[in-house]
Amino acid sequence: MPAMNAAPEAIPPAIPPAVPGTIPAAIPLGFAEPSLDSQRVFRAVLEALARPGQPQRLAGLADAPRPLTPELAAIALALADHEAPLWLDARLAAAPDVAAFLRFHTGAPVVTDPAAAAFALVADPADCPPPEAFAEGTPEDPDRSTTLVLAVGHLTEGIGMTLAGPGIPGRVRLGAGPLPADFAARLRRNAAGFPLGLDHLLAAPGLVAGLPRSTRLVAEG
Amino acid sequence: MSAVSETREQALAGYNFAYLDEQTKRMIRRAILKAVAIPGYQVPFASREMPMPYGWGTGGVQVTAAVLGPDDVLKVIDQGADDTTNAVSIRQFFERTAGVATTTRTAEATVIQTRHRIPEATLRAGQVLVFQVPIPEPLRFLEPRETETRRLHALAEYGLMHVKLYEDIARHGHIATTYAYPVEVSGRYVMDPSPTPKFDNPKMDDCAALQLFGAGRERRIYAVPPHTRVRSLDFADHPFEVQRFDRPCALCGAADSYLDEVVLDDRGRRLFVCSDTDHCATRRAEGHVGPGEEEAAP
Repeated sequence: MPAMNAAPEAIPPAIPPAVPGTIPAAIPLGFAEPSLDSQRVFRAVLEALARPGQPQRLAGLADAPRPLTPELAAIALALADHEAPLWLDARLAAAPDVAAFLRFHTGAPVVTDPAAAAFALVADPADCPPPEAFAEGTPEDPDRSTTLVLAVGHLTEGIGMTLAGPGIPGRVRLGAGPLPADFAARLRRNAAGFPLGLDHLLAAPGLVAGLPRSTRLVAEG
Repeated sequence: MSAVSETREQALAGYNFAYLDEQTKRMIRRAILKAVAIPGYQVPFASREMPMPYGWGTGGVQVTAAVLGPDDVLKVIDQGADDTTNAVSIRQFFERTAGVATTTRTAEATVIQTRHRIPEATLRAGQVLVFQVPIPEPLRFLEPRETETRRLHALAEYGLMHVKLYEDIARHGHIATTYAYPVEVSGRYVMDPSPTPKFDNPKMDDCAALQLFGAGRERRIYAVPPHTRVRSLDFADHPFEVQRFDRPCALCGAADSYLDEVVLDDRGRRLFVCSDTDHCATRRAEGHVGPGEEEAAP
């Protein structure tokens, strides 16, 4: 994982100090059945990355503290832990409840250096740092790279970007938004740098689509 | 009571769902996701000790345990057969620790763990094929140092492998590699398909199912996403060919399946039958009949 040599952040207490005889201030609940729920989330994410551009059903965590979306929360709780640090974009980092929720449920360090993160949670894709800010792997260890999880408002099959590559029979089209303004350039950077690159998960309400580094953007026409 | 809790009650008490602890599953799942994103690249993972010795499918079992959910239907094959020791014991392992439904029918399974074969029936979208892999590094017998093989993969420097295949031709007149025949995945990484017969290599190309590979002792996971180009290495003047059998299956008459030789006694009696037991049984149930035992050579 990319954070191996990164100095751990000073971690503020995730839970407000408990007053004897009371329950600590509310951190919303995580999965009702952690083992089975995280397996379902993982399978949705696995299908999404194995079939890029083809949205899969994903049950989110309705109680996630905003602006963390239910889908971002479910993916983080299913996949992050002390070995897989999380990075939060400016919108999420501005809400202390979000980091407290993620620390409590995953035990994952929340890092400020995006290149140290296994998963970057992005609630505001328009404000996503440039790809070179994240870990894109090394030629000998391309897997030591960040997976970007972007919250989008909608995912629509059949319109939008035309995609090709492993996992796609022929071509598929995927409409998603909002996305970083330079998203097409980011996908081209991935294609040019393969096997280095960033893997993207786009999470809309109830859905997740994958755009791994192996997916190519096909020019229209 | 929900269907889920009923499933869990059937499973052996005292174990987490599908045996592995949750942190181990997350670690394996993260490795699987990176493997799918970089087709053919071997992702290192922190392989755990399993309640079976190395060489009995510990890598495949860990991948299956990380993938499996209560709604899955599991099939396990060993050299194509559902009824040999390795297949039976792994199937029972997951029946007990995950309480999942199991089947021998390829078409009904959602997760198929396999040792050294790909089923004859065409796999479909939604199925996951998990291979047990002994030596994941295709270059290992040509270059023993891991540091060097990682560099060769980084540089896509696969000349050594072509030299090996060329030496086959120089020595035998044809490429004599018949199993673990190296493939190139999506035009980039050269990958070991595990010791499947090269007969199965064409099935990996543009396969509708997701193919995952787990090597427990060597601590590697790799993957071929669905509908991915998988090309067996060859030369323009020595194109890749699969072996052909000069007879059909003795039991079901299939002329297009991989056959096992079954020795019947010490006087030369033998049968050639489908290695894929489900394929053979399905065909016989449909009324296909093979020629039966051939006359022993005098």
